Amino acid sequence: MSTVNPTHSHDHHGHDDHHHGPVTLADGVWPWMKRWIGTTNHKDLGTLYLIFSFVMLFIGGLMSLVIRAELFAPGIQFVDPGFYNEMITLHALVMIFGGVMPAFVGLANWMVPMMIGCSDLALPRVNNWGFWILPFAFTMLLGTLLLSGGGPASGWTMYPPLVMQTGNALPLMVFALHLAGISSITGAINIVVTILNMRAPDMPLLKMPLFVWTWLITAYLLIAVMPVLAGAVTMILTDHFFGTTFFDAAGGGDPVLFQHIFWFFGHPEVYIMILPAFGIVSTIIPTFARKALFGHDSMVYAVASIAFLSFIVWAHHMFTVGMPVSAELFFMFATMLIAVPTGVKVFNWVATMWRGSMTFETPMLFALGFVVLFTIGGFSGLMLALTPVDFQYHDSYFVVAHFHYVLVPGAIFSIIAAIYYWIPKWTGVMYNEKLGQFHFWWSAVWINVLFFPQHFLGLAGMPRRIPDYAVQFTDFNMISSVGALMFFLGQFVFIYNMIMCMRRSGKKATGRVWEGARGLEWTVASPAPYHTFETPPKIDPRELA
Amino acid sequence: MNKISILSRSGLVALGALFVSPAYAEWTLNMNEGVTDLTSEVFGLHMLIFWICVVIGIGVFGAMLYSVIVHRKSRGFEASHFHESTVVEIAWTAVPFIILIVVAIPAAGTLLQIEDSSDPDMTIRVTGHQWLWEYDYVDQGVHFFSRLDRDSDKARQQNSGIDPNTVEHYLRNVDKAMVVPVDKKVRLLLSSGDVIHSWWVPDLGGKKDAIPGYINDMWFKANETGTYRGQCAELCGRGHAFMPIVVKVVSQDEYDQWVTDQGGDAGADSQLAQGQPSTDAANAQAQTEADSSPTAGNATEGRTEDGSEVEPDETSETLVGEGEENNQGGSPDDQRDTDAAQASSDRGSPKVEDESVESDAEDGSDSGDGADNAEQQGDSQNDSPAGGDQAADDSAGGEMSKDELMSQGEEVYGNLCAACHQPDGSGMPAAGFPAMKGSAVATGDVSTHISQILNGKGAMPPYKGTLDDKQIAAVVTYERNAFGNETGDVVQPSQVAEQR
Repeated sequence: MSTVNPTHSHDHHGHDDHHHGPVTLADGVWPWMKRWIGTTNHKDLGTLYLIFSFVMLFIGGLMSLVIRAELFAPGIQFVDPGFYNEMITLHALVMIFGGVMPAFVGLANWMVPMMIGCSDLALPRVNNWGFWILPFAFTMLLGTLLLSGGGPASGWTMYPPLVMQTGNALPLMVFALHLAGISSITGAINIVVTILNMRAPDMPLLKMPLFVWTWLITAYLLIAVMPVLAGAVTMILTDHFFGTTFFDAAGGGDPVLFQHIFWFFGHPEVYIMILPAFGIVSTIIPTFARKALFGHDSMVYAVASIAFLSFIVWAHHMFTVGMPVSAELFFMFATMLIAVPTGVKVFNWVATMWRGSMTFETPMLFALGFVVLFTIGGFSGLMLALTPVDFQYHDSYFVVAHFHYVLVPGAIFSIIAAIYYWIPKWTGVMYNEKLGQFHFWWSAVWINVLFFPQHFLGLAGMPRRIPDYAVQFTDFNMISSVGALMFFLGQFVFIYNMIMCMRRSGKKATGRVWEGARGLEWTVASPAPYHTFETPPKIDPRELA
Repeated sequence: MNKISILSRSGLVALGALFVSPAYAEWTLNMNEGVTDLTSEVFGLHMLIFWICVVIGIGVFGAMLYSVIVHRKSRGFEASHFHESTVVEIAWTAVPFIILIVVAIPAAGTLLQIEDSSDPDMTIRVTGHQWLWEYDYVDQGVHFFSRLDRDSDKARQQNSGIDPNTVEHYLRNVDKAMVVPVDKKVRLLLSSGDVIHSWWVPDLGGKKDAIPGYINDMWFKANETGTYRGQCAELCGRGHAFMPIVVKVVSQDEYDQWVTDQGGDAGADSQLAQGQPSTDAANAQAQTEADSSPTAGNATEGRTEDGSEVEPDETSETLVGEGEENNQGGSPDDQRDTDAAQASSDRGSPKVEDESVESDAEDGSDSGDGADNAEQQGDSQNDSPAGGDQAADDSAGGEMSKDELMSQGEEVYGNLCAACHQPDGSGMPAAGFPAMKGSAVATGDVSTHISQILNGKGAMPPYKGTLDDKQIAAVVTYERNAFGNETGDVVQPSQVAEQR
């Protein structure tokens, strides 16, 4: 594991387990397991979160391969349409709540204390609890596949009345989401409290690194909207089992009400998955351009504006439900406004690169891939904002292409970039740069083969969430499926590379690791000691943003 | 816009060419312009915003690319140290804002037109069901269900062995298309009998959700005759991919003829043309459904719905709790039966079927009340092909021959039961749907079998509200003698009636 640290002998590692050093496998399997189960160390928990998220990304990826296999050709070849619906539902839930969100929480666990110069998160036991909820939540969610009646098949959006046709999986899905929500909220509270109370004395808010800033804002979004999701799914639960009719028209309820509540959670959720990515990219690009971020403060303001706007645009996910035209106009204008702060961010990244002195190590490649491909996803988002045109795009593959562009080469590329960027700090060894470069180019090519043709499919009229399609859609679906398989295979290169780092096999990393890196995390040794900044550091102003 | 669209098409093709080998030149890359004024406007907006994105993209990515090539350390480029510029930040906030306003204005204008469904020339009520569409021409008294055509339906079964490429309009063809006149403002009133669906024919405009408990409206005015295809766009369960929409836009004369053929009143459309509120329209419609009388020898083609009512106690139906009857629908109804009979003989339809029965009386509930999902689902289906090959007087539930029961039962089974229990009766045990073949219910006690269909069990909905005695008798008989269940039992409608 990444924090096991044979080089730090002054830390009394090994048998001296009531001192600071972590217990290792050499101390026996049971003590080692107890360490990981009971750990309150932010670095340990960061590692656990990241490993968990990669297991989930792998499972979600396998589900997407089932989907793409079925869509390779028209006709039903491999799976029953009902099972297909279970796959699309679980793919989304697993990727969002099990993959992307825990990955960002894991990065925050590792990096936030080290970036602001404190010893750990403010609430370490809560941190442990927040993580260990997740394996249970997702075991329960994935376990629904074994039930008679199968897993949830209503799409991750869980729209009633369709969701009411879910069998025994319904309460399990609801409770799994409750648990995942509790986990997210505890993580978010922990991060807010830590950032606001435990910064090193010389670090004013506006001098914090952008990754910390974006996570502070993300944490507030989480605290604001996860209870909304919990409320919505609880109402589904009581509608199903306790005779309420919140969403049942026959009982005076309103199916569209659910959509409003869901998307009031759902749209900020989109930014929960992308704001930390903005922070990561805003950290990596200045490092490899050897030049300060062009507008640190304006980036902070842009993130805050996006977070605010995310609360007033939810209904653009449901333009076709038949809202009053005044509401449609409002949500169209508000949605278009998001393009402004998002544009500010992209322009800032380009201005940071401009006249820098760039090198292109793997983290930088993924960050640049992020900027280009996320921007393409942003363009299609701007197109989708226009209500009259959205009536055509809505629920078509154009939308699928759009949100996968912002989530895969967006959020996931940023997570990969962050791991390449910081893993020398975590493990003390450099990853294999050649394999990293190969991983980037392989992923960048196939991700476009996978998702770009889906724009064409959507424009040609192919709806999303269908297991079978009219034959005119065959060719692009075939291309897309090939892209999916190749992209998936390429990720094993990444996993191999990371495992080699975790086994300490590679070139030793220096403390600074990257020539242009700035920030407190680079002032400690590589690998970072099990406990860092137990006394607040004196900060060299050059390390501040 | 035309110039732009030509330009844009070639641009998209060029863009697409990055991924597309020349052999596939006929691949569709862009949105269709459609056949209404509004779809053209929407297409224009789509291209406008597309080109704005392309221009911004060229600017941003161009600057990035230049920087990546020139400002690199390996060329010995030294980093400058400029950062923070309020002027620049304000500029790149203001300029996009202005661009957005330029786009927002025409978009808002188009949106207002799309949402203005006033003064329609005709109104059709569209109701989504799992998994077919119901069309109800409220002024003309034409009413029918439209579902995936047989060829596609066969080919789409898992391991059917049929190549979808050999099926004409695979998954985009229906047994009975919606027909509308060209150059007329057609208003659709959308609702659902079970879960949320979404009605989408790209060439005629955007989509609109069909939601239980809601009546949404949308409209289109097609400029060209032709056949336009689409499908449900909102996830609605297992059969979501299999509820296509086909709209035939024809000349007014052909449309009038079609209405007459359907037993409707072609002249009636003027009555509602003045934009009556939808509830009135719905009332009118309810009336059309309400009071037909049994008509011997009434035969209609395929799955038309406009035929007779059989069982008096099931015929009257009011809509959405509105008790009073509106007389507008009355006259078409009187004509209907005779017209229908005439129509079928006129066209010499190859497959003569009797009506299925009470179902059209039920559909009244679909527009507003959202209740009885299961019944809606059932009713919509049973009325389609329900059955046997005799047309005359089997309607009242007299003795039926085993052949009649089997053939009608097969139809009912195919429409209602096969989705879960599978066409070959093998069920989906993994999903909790038991096999019919050799099942304890289908080979055991007859009254248990009938009762389960009447009252439902677990995930299986009750069918007593949606199937009549004859249909239940038929499907029970079928299930007891098909799939190798050689019980030899013949169940008569009277047995079902006793158990109700």
